[in-house]
Amino acid sequence: MSAQFMQYLLTGLTVGAIYALVALGFSIIFNASHVINFAQGEFVMIGGMTTVTLTAAGLPYLLAIPLAIAAAALVGLALEKFAVEPARGASVITLIIITIGASIFLRGLAMVIWDKRFHALKPFTGDTPIAIGGATVLPQSLWVIGVTLAIVLALSWFFGRTLLGKAMLATSHNRLAAQLVGINVRMVLFLSFGLSAALGAVAGILIAPITTTSYDVGVMLGLKGFASAILGGLGSGVGAVVGGLVLGIAETMSAGYISSAYKDAIAFVIILAVLFFMPSGLFGKRGSERV
Amino acid sequence: MKSTRAKDSFKRGLVAVAAAFTLMAGTAIAAEPIKIGSFLSVTGGAAFLGDPEQKTLELYVEKINAGGGVLGRKLELVAYDSAGDAEKARTFVKRLIEQDKVDVIVGGSTTGETMAVVPLVEAAQVPFISLAGAVVIVEPVKKWVFKTPHTDRMACEKIFIDMQSRKLSKIALISGPGGFDKSMRGQCLGVAKKYGVDVIADETYGKGDTDMTAQLTKIKNTAGVQAVLNAGFGEGPAIVTKNYRQIGISVPLYQSHGVASKEFIKLAGAAAEGVRLPAAALLVAESLPASDPQRPVVVAYKKEYESRFKSEVSTFGGHAYDGLYLVVEAMKKAGGTDKAKVRDALEGVRGFMGTAGVFNMSAGDHMGLDLSAFRMLEVKGGDWTLVK
Repeated sequence: MSAQFMQYLLTGLTVGAIYALVALGFSIIFNASHVINFAQGEFVMIGGMTTVTLTAAGLPYLLAIPLAIAAAALVGLALEKFAVEPARGASVITLIIITIGASIFLRGLAMVIWDKRFHALKPFTGDTPIAIGGATVLPQSLWVIGVTLAIVLALSWFFGRTLLGKAMLATSHNRLAAQLVGINVRMVLFLSFGLSAALGAVAGILIAPITTTSYDVGVMLGLKGFASAILGGLGSGVGAVVGGLVLGIAETMSAGYISSAYKDAIAFVIILAVLFFMPSGLFGKRGSERV
Repeated sequence: MKSTRAKDSFKRGLVAVAAAFTLMAGTAIAAEPIKIGSFLSVTGGAAFLGDPEQKTLELYVEKINAGGGVLGRKLELVAYDSAGDAEKARTFVKRLIEQDKVDVIVGGSTTGETMAVVPLVEAAQVPFISLAGAVVIVEPVKKWVFKTPHTDRMACEKIFIDMQSRKLSKIALISGPGGFDKSMRGQCLGVAKKYGVDVIADETYGKGDTDMTAQLTKIKNTAGVQAVLNAGFGEGPAIVTKNYRQIGISVPLYQSHGVASKEFIKLAGAAAEGVRLPAAALLVAESLPASDPQRPVVVAYKKEYESRFKSEVSTFGGHAYDGLYLVVEAMKKAGGTDKAKVRDALEGVRGFMGTAGVFNMSAGDHMGLDLSAFRMLEVKGGDWTLVK
């Protein structure tokens, strides 16, 4: 029984960590612009697919992964520069619709550049399951959880200790005031797209060895990441991480203990219940620090 | 999306040019081309079905034309991309019937698309060969509708027979969210009793799920499970297979014919070792004994396809091959393209050797395949091997 619980917990943490990374990407852009970037899932796909291509071309992971993250970040920056920035004066709704268009466009492009097949990446460090408390976990799951933890720590340092991070934080609190004290809010918006694209790419690369990747892998991951961000409270870094983990664990627990047929339904019922009592999410807008 | 539209309009352009040439030639060309209409999921979630199907149709229409066509007339393929969308499929089939005025339709990659257009072809009385899997397409029999792939029920039966021979009678079922997965789950549950198989656990997973260890742990902890059957296609079964090995389930794992392509082995990697599944002979073309009557057909198709497209052959493309040649066969027998005569000829096809097996159509059976069409395969050393 406890071994079973352990298995569900570890699985939930792995899945949840990926949701958390995607949710963080949503939050960062939301903070900079109040835009929900629906192309976030596509960054996940670009990260995974680019790594597949580069490793297939013979590059080692140490080279392929940074390049793939950089590629996704470039796409993110280009998206801001050529699609979001020209519509600067438009309403938030318009910008959101632009990101939906961008996501369809990117998916179509990926279909043409790559193909419509599923691709598998080799695990970073072997395929031998590790036994933890009666449960088994793949080394890759530990990578997922470990890297997500490292990224969360790095982000909290970035937003708490660096000038650029503080500038981004300031913009999220009050855009006008930030501008008045000399923060280049346009630059902040520009960089936030690059940063969340990079985060999405990391998620895509980490998960590809476990789940395989394809041109449309971003659709569902993007949706789950978005749900996590909403659950945690849009714009809150802590919220994104907690939201992701809660969603991941809720999904696997309900699949394990209740019914796999209703696992998504149960997860979304939890989200609805939370939002009913806390309309701004678990950690949203209550004077707490926002990432 | 853009590219598809571009491709479509390009194709339409080609048709227009072809039409212009025909007009210019006027009465010089006495015989009009035979129009074969098609709608396939070339893009979207079922692209792995539609893509090889379209390639196969294009390849063989070209080949048949190079060899002089059928009854002295060239074949002309009019194909649309329905992208796995039943609504689009309806629109395109309407266009095929009303505007393109095709003689016969070979297409419909998924069961959903096929069922959506059945009323249209029945009303218009156009012979239609579907390339989708589910039993409901030909049961009950619809006058104008035929199909070439094996049904999911046959896959279940083949698997259960194999289980019987290994004395496995208590099994767990895990299935995915798609129409194929659901239909196969239902069929397997339906015929399990007949083969003395008891389904004691029944789990499912959702679209885009990244991890199935929770469901599999539940199965692992169900007392008495002797084998697990995964009804699904796409990336889901590959993840199930990986998770299966990860949590160390030791009973045999069966997959469905839905993942009968090399890609499955590539995605699941070492975890695929020992997995059994029913599939058409095409997958093991070269290892079939020389005496096997199916060998020449599947080896020829495999060579032709792989040398042209530089990619691994799949059974799905084979279904399109069978569909096209059944139509050609029927037209030859009917001595023309009269729709009613072609339909009757299709129903009268006996002993036709396709990539899926021997077709013996009849008034009560519009698929015409029997269980011998399926071979039980096992993954060994990263490749398919025939289970003796």
